[in-house]
Amino acid sequence: MPAIVIEGLTKDYPVGFWRKRMRRSLDQLSLRVEDGEVFGFLGPNGAGKTTTLKLLMGLIFPTAGTARIRGRSIDDVAMHADIGYLPEQPYFYDYLTARELLDYYARFSGYGRAERHERVRKFLELVGLTPAADVQLRKFSKGMLQRAGIAQAILHDPKVIFFDEPMSGLDPIGRREVRDIILDLKKQGRTVFFSTHILSDAEMLCDRVAVLVNGKLQGVGAPGEIVSIEVQAMEIFFELRDGCSLPAALAGHVTRTGARYRTEVSEAELYSSLDLLRDTGARILGVTPVRPTLEDYFLRLVGRKEPASHAAEVLAP
Amino acid sequence: MSAMPGVVAVNTFREAVRDRVLYNLVVFALVMIGASILVGQVSIGIDRLVIINLGLSAISLIGLVMAVFIGVGLVYKEIEKRTLYSLLAKPVRRWEFLIGKYFGLLLTLAVNTSFMTLGLAGALYYVGRPFVRSDVTVLVAAYFILLELALVTAIALLFSCFSSPILSTLFTLTIYVTGIFANDIREFGNLTHNRMMEAITRFLYYVVPNFHNFDAIGAAGHGDFVPFTLIWQNTLYAVLYATLVLTGAAAVFARRNLK
Repeated sequence: MPAIVIEGLTKDYPVGFWRKRMRRSLDQLSLRVEDGEVFGFLGPNGAGKTTTLKLLMGLIFPTAGTARIRGRSIDDVAMHADIGYLPEQPYFYDYLTARELLDYYARFSGYGRAERHERVRKFLELVGLTPAADVQLRKFSKGMLQRAGIAQAILHDPKVIFFDEPMSGLDPIGRREVRDIILDLKKQGRTVFFSTHILSDAEMLCDRVAVLVNGKLQGVGAPGEIVSIEVQAMEIFFELRDGCSLPAALAGHVTRTGARYRTEVSEAELYSSLDLLRDTGARILGVTPVRPTLEDYFLRLVGRKEPASHAAEVLAP
Repeated sequence: MSAMPGVVAVNTFREAVRDRVLYNLVVFALVMIGASILVGQVSIGIDRLVIINLGLSAISLIGLVMAVFIGVGLVYKEIEKRTLYSLLAKPVRRWEFLIGKYFGLLLTLAVNTSFMTLGLAGALYYVGRPFVRSDVTVLVAAYFILLELALVTAIALLFSCFSSPILSTLFTLTIYVTGIFANDIREFGNLTHNRMMEAITRFLYYVVPNFHNFDAIGAAGHGDFVPFTLIWQNTLYAVLYATLVLTGAAAVFARRNLK
């Protein structure tokens, strides 16, 4: 049984003073997420990612289309016992402490006092909030609220978990911890559906991703599938010894970062270019095939210019 | 019966306590202490009447302010702050959330009214009269105030489901004032001898809750007994009317898009 089936989900919002005009936020979205998958939902701001998640959670109602989670309609509130949800930029009752908040949410799953106490302790520890367990949420930073939000979403061992921008507001350590939590959930056989605009996270974590732009689905597949694996070019990094100069044939295609140089040539020209560099006394530091990344695919879809270069990242080692 | 509304209600009560809503009891206590000391010096023979009138009026006014100003934000605040999002992702139905919020505020009002009534009893004791049997009317009057607040809370909650706090406050207070003068409005319509005016005022009389029926402050001050029939009639009226209003609120909220 698929974890999530979305069929033709559409959402229009009324706009204007008389609210007679409609603006389409989500257009005929159809998706299928298999059980146990980590599924990334990508798109720029305003693409319709949060709208989709809100529709699935029953917070807003579709103009057209249907969706089922574990075979049950999204209108079925009892189905919510099997799902967890972290809203985007979560905000909780700030007069409660983290422990009280989790205890409050655990009550909706019908746990007894001892079970609640144990679960709250366990999940506070999992998200690293044990030292702040008895601090009121009004004193929490954005990252700490995000951690509390993740804890409440998985507190009741849901089968399908929805995270809306789970890495938002987290420092690098926090992001790594959330990645570990998601991978751990996958190991336990849970389905994780998360929206993000941090493409490296999606590439690292997701079995499959979907890209949404202006409310329309642009593509679905494994990160390696939706971007071509064909090599587009070869990247050469090198240094010039003292007194050496760049070969004239390459001079127009080279960028310099400190003492290091970078050039991009076609696969066919690789060996002749290397010979040229060796003849001028250059020291070859590395040769890397250039493949399009999920980010390239994403940027092409949203119609933005490609970033100038990602040589600095490749050069790092 | 689902346990969900109970969980929401307890949390709503906890919110009121943590937000220091019950601090108004201190204000009430100061008013009662001040009145008790002053009344003995300025009134001769009517100290009991003055204390009861002042005390019950303060209980009613403070309760009304709480019911309206907290009631109009009950749902609106949860939507604005998006605290409702993670809650409705749990197996909680929207009407269960709504009922929970209602009873949470009602519990706060009941605790508040009870403590203020105790304060009033203390002030009555202080002015030196032993309690008499007719003093039970003070308790009946306090109970009627609570019934009135239950109705006002339901109305405020209804508006909170689809309107901003400012408009909700305006609508709720308009209905409250109309309800206080429901009898007079109908009389006014009859006096105009205009069929349309009569129809409008009759409509208002029947549709708007008749808050005048819940006023037993005068009877309590004069030590008059309130007939038992009126007690159960008012109880039934408040329960039915509040149920009707809450059903309307649940129907509105059930299809509301939470942006």
